[in-house]
Amino acid sequence: MNFYPEFEVVRNDSRCIRCRVCERQCANEVHWYDEDGKVMLSDESKCVNCQRCVTLCPTRALKIVKSDCRLRENANYSDQTIKEIYRQAETGGVLLSSMGNPNPLPVYWDRILINASQVTNPPIDPLREPMETRVFLGKKPDHITRNADGSLDTKLAPQLSLSMPVMFSAMSYGSISYNAHASLARAASALGIYYNTGEGGLHEDFYKYGKNTIVQVASGRFGVHKDYLEAGAAIEIKMGQGAKPGIGGHLPGTKAVGDVSKTRMIPEGSDAISPAPHHDIYSIEDLRQLVFSLKEATDYRLPVIVKVAAVHNIAAIASGIARSGADIIAIDGFRGGTGAAPTRIRDNVGIPIELALAAVDKRLRDEGIRNNVSIICGGSVRSAADVVKAIALGADACYIATAACLAMGCHLCRSCHTGKCNWGIATQRPDLVKRLNPDIGSQRLINLMDAWRHEIKELMGGMGINSIEALRGNRLMLRGVGLTEKELEILGISHAGE
Amino acid sequence: MIPLEGHVRIPSGCAVSAMISRDGKRMNGESIIQSMIPMHDRSNGLGGGFAAYGIYPEYKDFYALHIFFNNRSAQAECMALLKEYFEIVQDEHIKVRKMPQITDEPIIRRVFVSPMQSVLRHLQIDEKELVVRVVNRINAEPVGSYVFSCGKNMGAFKAVGFPEDVGRYYRLEEYEAYCWTAHGRYPTNTPGWWGGAHPFCLLDYSIVHNGEISSYDANRRFIEMYGYKCTLQTDTEVITYIADYLLRRQGLSLDEMASVIAAPFWSTIEGKSEADKEKYTYLRTVFPSLLVTGPFSIILGFDGGLMALNDRLKLRSMVVGEQNDMVYIASEEAAIRVMAPDIQNIWSPAGGEPVIVRVKEGAF
Ligand code: SF4
Ligand code: SF4
Repeated sequence: MNFYPEFEVVRNDSRCIRCRVCERQCANEVHWYDEDGKVMLSDESKCVNCQRCVTLCPTRALKIVKSDCRLRENANYSDQTIKEIYRQAETGGVLLSSMGNPNPLPVYWDRILINASQVTNPPIDPLREPMETRVFLGKKPDHITRNADGSLDTKLAPQLSLSMPVMFSAMSYGSISYNAHASLARAASALGIYYNTGEGGLHEDFYKYGKNTIVQVASGRFGVHKDYLEAGAAIEIKMGQGAKPGIGGHLPGTKAVGDVSKTRMIPEGSDAISPAPHHDIYSIEDLRQLVFSLKEATDYRLPVIVKVAAVHNIAAIASGIARSGADIIAIDGFRGGTGAAPTRIRDNVGIPIELALAAVDKRLRDEGIRNNVSIICGGSVRSAADVVKAIALGADACYIATAACLAMGCHLCRSCHTGKCNWGIATQRPDLVKRLNPDIGSQRLINLMDAWRHEIKELMGGMGINSIEALRGNRLMLRGVGLTEKELEILGISHAGE
Repeated sequence: MIPLEGHVRIPSGCAVSAMISRDGKRMNGESIIQSMIPMHDRSNGLGGGFAAYGIYPEYKDFYALHIFFNNRSAQAECMALLKEYFEIVQDEHIKVRKMPQITDEPIIRRVFVSPMQSVLRHLQIDEKELVVRVVNRINAEPVGSYVFSCGKNMGAFKAVGFPEDVGRYYRLEEYEAYCWTAHGRYPTNTPGWWGGAHPFCLLDYSIVHNGEISSYDANRRFIEMYGYKCTLQTDTEVITYIADYLLRRQGLSLDEMASVIAAPFWSTIEGKSEADKEKYTYLRTVFPSLLVTGPFSIILGFDGGLMALNDRLKLRSMVVGEQNDMVYIASEEAAIRVMAPDIQNIWSPAGGEPVIVRVKEGAF
């Protein structure tokens, strides 16, 4: 069935100089030059509104607008719902989407406000006083021990040291490009934080960034071998992902080419679909075994992170993980991004990270085991304010991926699964990949993190807090606006005005 | 309705003062009361109190519980509970001097107790832990009893009022202590409640504190994992629990504790010797949630000494004076000059640098 396209390409012909940049830049082949009429034409049905042409058009001749040709308004059957039904009636297929859930579900970060000091204690000026953002992730001992001479025995379970409580979340080589990985790896090294390989293995060129790398082990075990495990500073077991709880990773065959297939250790062009469960983990005691086999394989040198999607029973699940020997739990909320996920799952499964984080932190404290593990919060952390709110709710650090992609140029067109990312990120086509220059990509990531660190410091200073440790779990610094009693209870915060 | 102490968090400014004899000489409470007078304006009449060490030599083997009761029935209930765990050695009124400045007094008792060995064996805990648990239980339950001091050979005296009046009210000139600490409170809003005055005590630890800590909820939520209940929602309470947790339960030294709650900045740690770097990094890594930020100056009293500590930015004033075997500490120099008029040696310790004073071994 043919629809009027979702977007319209509006070209101001009096500005257009026929340079054909848009034609060359668009991997979706929207634009072409008509020799006869000497005009630029477009097939808007292929447009995903990635804004590449708009950005690069030298004369600002282009804009992409939402088409106003819609089916008859219906609050129940939206335009999109109806078109999805047509599409499925045509193909019999599962709908695929990418990036995070775009639907207007509550964003609790936006309903939480942060405190500042007035009169009774002083705000601290981050420009004039030291303001500390360093955190250590890992298991903390219940009891200190002393050496024979009475000095402290300073041996600790392995810890990750972060210059600021933000890291780049898992995005596999394959789902994103070589240059995107290079940008992330270099930025993480320069910043003193970590990036995460995702489940596609680690390209041999990036072993040198191992000190700032978290290597992931997912249910497909793609690219997992001993050298890989030993290459990083921590190992993450991916049990689930916020964008698609309950199913495994999915790399479309079009992206499994060249080095990607080599790094993943799979044949070229084959869809890399990870199993939904780890087939050696059907229960919590099995998880314990995997945690310890990974530790054993790496001489107990590396902390093990267990990443789970935020689902209904997340507090109990986290409590189980905290007792499994894992050093760190990463919780991924339902708005988290993805390179490809079934639309229905992305849009309907899982719970908001804010509620999941608050519930987990509380449960672990109620059980007295919060010190057994650190908590990483991910799944749509969009700004320094979100980071501060997450830390105050109880997170030790945050994972960001969508924001990192945006820094590298992503325009959130949500078509990563097509493999034709015009910004050189979610693609393996060499002509597209080279559009992302790792020098620039890494610099932009560093800039973003520098900016966030300054903002975090300013927010902390305002609260009269000069070290991030004193913010962690400090829920008194948060107030809710427009939230129900129940929501406030779960978040463990008071309403504004209280 | 104005919320009660413990229902809301109430910021307050304050005055603190302390004196200690390193020789273990015992001094009556006159001087410490006087020291609070020049700092009158740092309090607002909504709380004052004192802690005194070495005051019960003849009962030094017993825990001295100082308790407020709202009424007779609360008292009966509380005493019945105590008898389940302790032998009651002595149960008496704390003598007071009636005065117009101090009103609405509860029943104030002093009970010397000794833990029952059978109970300790049964619960498999040591006697200090038993005292802590029973006191926490009494204080957490809203039955109208409040144990405000429970150490050996020491005691706290506190009330709603200005500190100098509170000192007179409790007739502190009749007690002899080798170490005194004092506190005047300036809560921003609260109906006066006697239990809310400071010092805040647990076992032989007493804390007087001036400041408003910004790390409060991070500290509270951490320490509550270990069986403490912050019912008063005051900084002093949570700092006392932190001190108990780090000193008694983790076995840290006072210095080590100071480097947890007023941890040196990472930039400072970088410049230390390898051994120190390792130590400070370890402490900050293991106890990050016990870092206390925001302005504070605290004086921690304990059996045989005291420790004074400022927040690491020194956002609250605190001065120390030394003369012969005596050490004086106060929010303002004027207070020290009242206790020791011709004192020469007065200085202001740096933020985060603990001042630890111990009484000579065997002298108390
Ligand atoms: S990039 Fe702009 S100016 Fe160049 S051909 Fe396309 S629309 Fe015309
Ligand atoms: S990564 Fe590329 S394809 Fe994916 S949303 Fe961003 S711009 Fe679009």
